[in-house]
Amino acid sequence: MNTAPNPSLHKYAVFTAICTFLLLIAGALVTSNDAGLSVPTWPLAWGTVTPPMVGGIVYEWSHRVIAATIGFLTIILAVWLWMAEKRPWMRWMGFAALSGVIAQGILGGMTVRMFQPPPVSAAHATLAQLFFSTVVAIAFFTGSWWQSDIAEVEDEGNPPVRSLTVWTVAAVFLQLILGAAFRHKGFGIFPHLIGAVIVTILVFKTAAALKRRFADTPPLRKCANVLHILIGVQLLLGAGAWWSRIYSARFPQPIPVMVVFTVVHTVTGALLLATTLLTALVTHRMIRPGTAVAEPSASPQQVAQ
Amino acid sequence: MKKRTFGTYSLAIGAFAMVMTGCGGKKDESTEAPASTAVPAAGKTVDAATAGEVTGSVKLDGAAPKMRTISMAAEPNCAKAHSGPVTSEEVVTGDGGALANVVVYVKSGLDGYSFPAPSTPVKFEQQGCQYHPHVAGVMVGQNIDVANADMTTHNIHPIPKVNREWNESQPPGAAPIEKSFPRDEIAIPVKCNIHPWMKAYMAVLPNPYFQVTTKDGAFDLKNLPPGTYTLTAWHELYGTSDQTVTIGAKESKAVTFVFKATPPAAD
Repeated sequence: MNTAPNPSLHKYAVFTAICTFLLLIAGALVTSNDAGLSVPTWPLAWGTVTPPMVGGIVYEWSHRVIAATIGFLTIILAVWLWMAEKRPWMRWMGFAALSGVIAQGILGGMTVRMFQPPPVSAAHATLAQLFFSTVVAIAFFTGSWWQSDIAEVEDEGNPPVRSLTVWTVAAVFLQLILGAAFRHKGFGIFPHLIGAVIVTILVFKTAAALKRRFADTPPLRKCANVLHILIGVQLLLGAGAWWSRIYSARFPQPIPVMVVFTVVHTVTGALLLATTLLTALVTHRMIRPGTAVAEPSASPQQVAQ
Repeated sequence: MKKRTFGTYSLAIGAFAMVMTGCGGKKDESTEAPASTAVPAAGKTVDAATAGEVTGSVKLDGAAPKMRTISMAAEPNCAKAHSGPVTSEEVVTGDGGALANVVVYVKSGLDGYSFPAPSTPVKFEQQGCQYHPHVAGVMVGQNIDVANADMTTHNIHPIPKVNREWNESQPPGAAPIEKSFPRDEIAIPVKCNIHPWMKAYMAVLPNPYFQVTTKDGAFDLKNLPPGTYTLTAWHELYGTSDQTVTIGAKESKAVTFVFKATPPAAD
């Protein structure tokens, strides 16, 4: 686990993650403003890279330009990781990110040229979140904390926090798929609402377990706090997005309150996925697997509670 | 809400290669043989000497919902085309509750007849960043001339369920786009993705017995052969209403369609 951190690479990965978050906002703005097909040609806009920036073209073309930029940033990140990383799995993670961004571009092109079929558009929206989480994870893995010696703690509770975090990541990811499918008219709202209940229960259970069992372990306590805040905010945003959709249903065009609620709800979903993933990574890094609890060699200093 | 099947998902994946290589195989609708008029008009012909007509009106029972104002602030070329506020055309009424933009057509009763598409195209214009007409009636295989009178680019994007979807841009001053639909369909939503308030409908019908009401709510279906027909009135918000009417030789019957007004979803 202990390799020499590369601060420049880490900073670059963080920068790429921040830019990717901006891309998520740009993508969500396209959908919320119903501008997905304002430029019916792909990859260029009517054969040019400088279309008239009016109406829905503003959102759609900006999204494509930012996406292309992220593509270049990801190529650099992947090459850098391949050349500088000593950990083989990290090199492959860079490759995975690059593959993700290429697949994402292709899905974007498909959604335009096939008139936004819900499965393709939902896949595009879901992969966006997955790609963001991948870049966040790369940024995390290249950071000094992950590569330092960390005192491990034991989890004597049940269910194990390590398992809880994995289930939570999976549930949030599935919920994002359901949200994307609803947003792109593949499903109704009902599956997304059921998903919201499950995610809320799991996030609260995970955060509560972290707080209760690891109150003296700052990284785990911080994860719990961030999870609590994010799930609360996301639930409010979800309610707001739903209300605003109903309220604006008879308006002749997307209205700002609906656009703001749905965009912020969407990108907060991405933040929640990334946070649950980081929480899972932190817990797996810090908490010994359940089988280690029975080992007599565990020193009292390593046990948090 | 459209229900998507596994087949749709498979189709999406299967179409991937074609899309990526730019060989989507999109065939211009105007080149397709119309399904309903592919066979020459070999069926029964209407005898003008015995033909009758169905006249009538469409009314709204109750107060029409207040239409929302459209904001064209995102496109100065659209905004400056109007001196005052522009409202949604979802519900347009005239005196006495007369309802406009209703397609009244003969749904059934014309078995054995076949009708060739008229050679005159239907005009569909974008002016002031609105579609004119808001609801267009067109026969299967009949040409539609889409023109852009605005100083901005528009997209014309019909979203049919039965016919093939297309989405084409039309810059200012461009030649009219000529299209047709090979299958009957009531009614195809049309939108402009650049200007999301631009919405219209195209009703594609297999026979010439249809009319789209104006603000007087009146319709007149002439030259109908004697027989029993199901007449349908379709409105984008209020849905459809059917009535059966029988007309004899040279007979004229009057029919009134009444839609119940529903309050606006939100105020």
